[in-house]
Amino acid sequence: MMGVEFVALSLTPILIGVCVAVACALPGNFLLLRRQALIGDAISHVVLPGIVVAFLLTGVVATGSMLLGAAGAAVLSVIAIDLIRRLGRIEAGAAMGVVFTAMFAGGVLLLERSDTSSVHLDVEHALFGNLESLIWLDARGWSSLLDPAALSGLPVELPRMAVALVVVTAFLWLFWRPLALSTFDEGFARGLGMPTGPLGLALVVVSAIAAVAAFDAVGSIIVIAMFICPPAAARMMTNRLGHQMVWSAAFAAFSAIIGYVLAGYGPIWIGASASVSAAGMIATVSGVILGVAAVAGPHRAKAS
Amino acid sequence: MLADALLLQLGYNATLVTIGACLLGIAAGVAGTFLFLRKRALVSDAISHATLPGVGLAFILMVGMGGDGRSLFGLLVGAGFSAAIGLLCVHWLTTRTRLGEDAAIGAVLSVFFGFGIVILTVIQTMNAGRQAGLEGFLLGSTAGMLRGDAILLAVSATLVLLLVLILRRPLELAAFDPGYAQATGWSMGRIDLAMMGIVLVVTVVGLKVVGLILIVALLIVPAVTARFWTERAGHVVIIAGFVGGVSGYVGAAISAIAPALPTGPIVVLVGFTMFLVSLLLSPGRGVLASVLMHWRYQRRVHMRQGLLALAQGQPIFETLTHRLLRRAGLILPDGVPTSDGQAAAAKALLDETRWSIVRADQSFAAAATRYDGLTAIETVLTPDQLNEVDARIKAPEVVT
Repeated sequence: MMGVEFVALSLTPILIGVCVAVACALPGNFLLLRRQALIGDAISHVVLPGIVVAFLLTGVVATGSMLLGAAGAAVLSVIAIDLIRRLGRIEAGAAMGVVFTAMFAGGVLLLERSDTSSVHLDVEHALFGNLESLIWLDARGWSSLLDPAALSGLPVELPRMAVALVVVTAFLWLFWRPLALSTFDEGFARGLGMPTGPLGLALVVVSAIAAVAAFDAVGSIIVIAMFICPPAAARMMTNRLGHQMVWSAAFAAFSAIIGYVLAGYGPIWIGASASVSAAGMIATVSGVILGVAAVAGPHRAKAS
Repeated sequence: MLADALLLQLGYNATLVTIGACLLGIAAGVAGTFLFLRKRALVSDAISHATLPGVGLAFILMVGMGGDGRSLFGLLVGAGFSAAIGLLCVHWLTTRTRLGEDAAIGAVLSVFFGFGIVILTVIQTMNAGRQAGLEGFLLGSTAGMLRGDAILLAVSATLVLLLVLILRRPLELAAFDPGYAQATGWSMGRIDLAMMGIVLVVTVVGLKVVGLILIVALLIVPAVTARFWTERAGHVVIIAGFVGGVSGYVGAAISAIAPALPTGPIVVLVGFTMFLVSLLLSPGRGVLASVLMHWRYQRRVHMRQGLLALAQGQPIFETLTHRLLRRAGLILPDGVPTSDGQAAAAKALLDETRWSIVRADQSFAAAATRYDGLTAIETVLTPDQLNEVDARIKAPEVVT
């Protein structure tokens, strides 16, 4: 399995999967600690109407316009949630439930009503993604990694995801201190003169960037799982934020690799003919990791 | 066509489905209200996503036992089982580990859904799986339902509604006054369990109608909408039931005439429209009412300050104040008060002077709390008290 076929068929999906998983898991740590874990859930639902509207406006499946549309929808939903919460004096969870279901429903109806049958855009794709199809046709074995001509044939999702990962990491690294401080003691952070409000919004926007970039390649289900499961498992392993970030990145990368391999090769090992959904398998593996951490993690108990 | 659908003229099956969706909507609205008031609205999202592996496994099991695997009843039983396991996982993660409920919900939701997707892809490779139609459980599809399934839907929706109505009292008590409920001998743990059980049943029955991704909306939106219209406990439940019922009814009716569209999004958007109308127009909490109230308050403040300025002989430069006084006929265009204006200004100054005495005197402490710069003092004090206050107003002195 380590030969030419592996490089062409499995290397890029695995790399993309790892980039997605880590890019979502890192900001997920802060969302988890701020009790905003479900923001990732909401964002990945509202991305669909954003993409559909962008497609209807431009008429083509272009990456740039779709990313813009998705990001716009994500920001719009965050604003709408906040507005409903304040105007109606309604609990944040319920406001979130109202907004993301309505936007998702709108996206589905728009998609079904408009003529998108000619292009690769449907609800199932939006949910599960299509990680398996992101193959590297130009690869002729490991040596292709050094061959510029072959490298130019890489699926566009890989560099895009790598950029998203760099953006997320850079943001977290640059704002590490204020983010950590405002997460654990918002009052104190505000007392020091830190703009906690804009900081929180920036965190959501960065998470949205990761989610939107990942969404096109892998679908929303991995995005939600990676925002929550690796950080939650990492939380059971340590009490230090820095260590937790490292643990979560490791768990995320591990889920992506093992999940992809299990989905692609697992059924063949047990004698079945076809592979199963890689996105679903990656989410499942991350859940198993969380389960193990919840049963055996050294810091799993409530007060420690 | 839409009128036919709304008046139940599209045949027996469609009528059963529409009525079933309506009953389900009422049950979901009422059950969702308790969930919403206990601030656990999104638990239902975890429950609904957790049904997917159960649906898939039930299908495989039924095919393995020799059926075609499409029995709706069997699929729903499977859904109920895995939803219950998901619910237990959320409960366990929340109580036994340091994770918050939101993280537990998100983890269960995504992992169960991902596992369900894996099973769905397994089913697609099976021979019997090609026409399984399990995608209908994602977004709901009621158009072209079989007779047996339609009857199952209508009957189970009726049963759920009855269950909700029977358990209404303890649930209401727990939602609005947990302390009192405990003091009178109810076990909160058991009530919560009953509530989650009802939500689970609503979710499972609603799978075929609304779909597992959007059923959470049928539980949350009616309750949130109802909260805009009333502050009273019993009324929230009734209005939420009404909103849920209308969403289900209209959604299923529209879906009956547009079979290509999934039912779930239509139901949700009908409900969301009612929510938007409430957000904008409801008295008290609505946006329009808030804006009007703010506007009225602003005008009263400007009017009052303008009159005080007139009474002290100061010119008015602020345009809104000027315009308001002009329109009320209290000043002339050049800012000189009319006789009405002089009277109103004198009254305002007297009011303010009386208030300053009242607020300086401890024995009027209760009345002083009513001071907001706008309330006329006659509405707070009795004439006798006013006389007492007036006696303390000093006559103007000549300043030397």
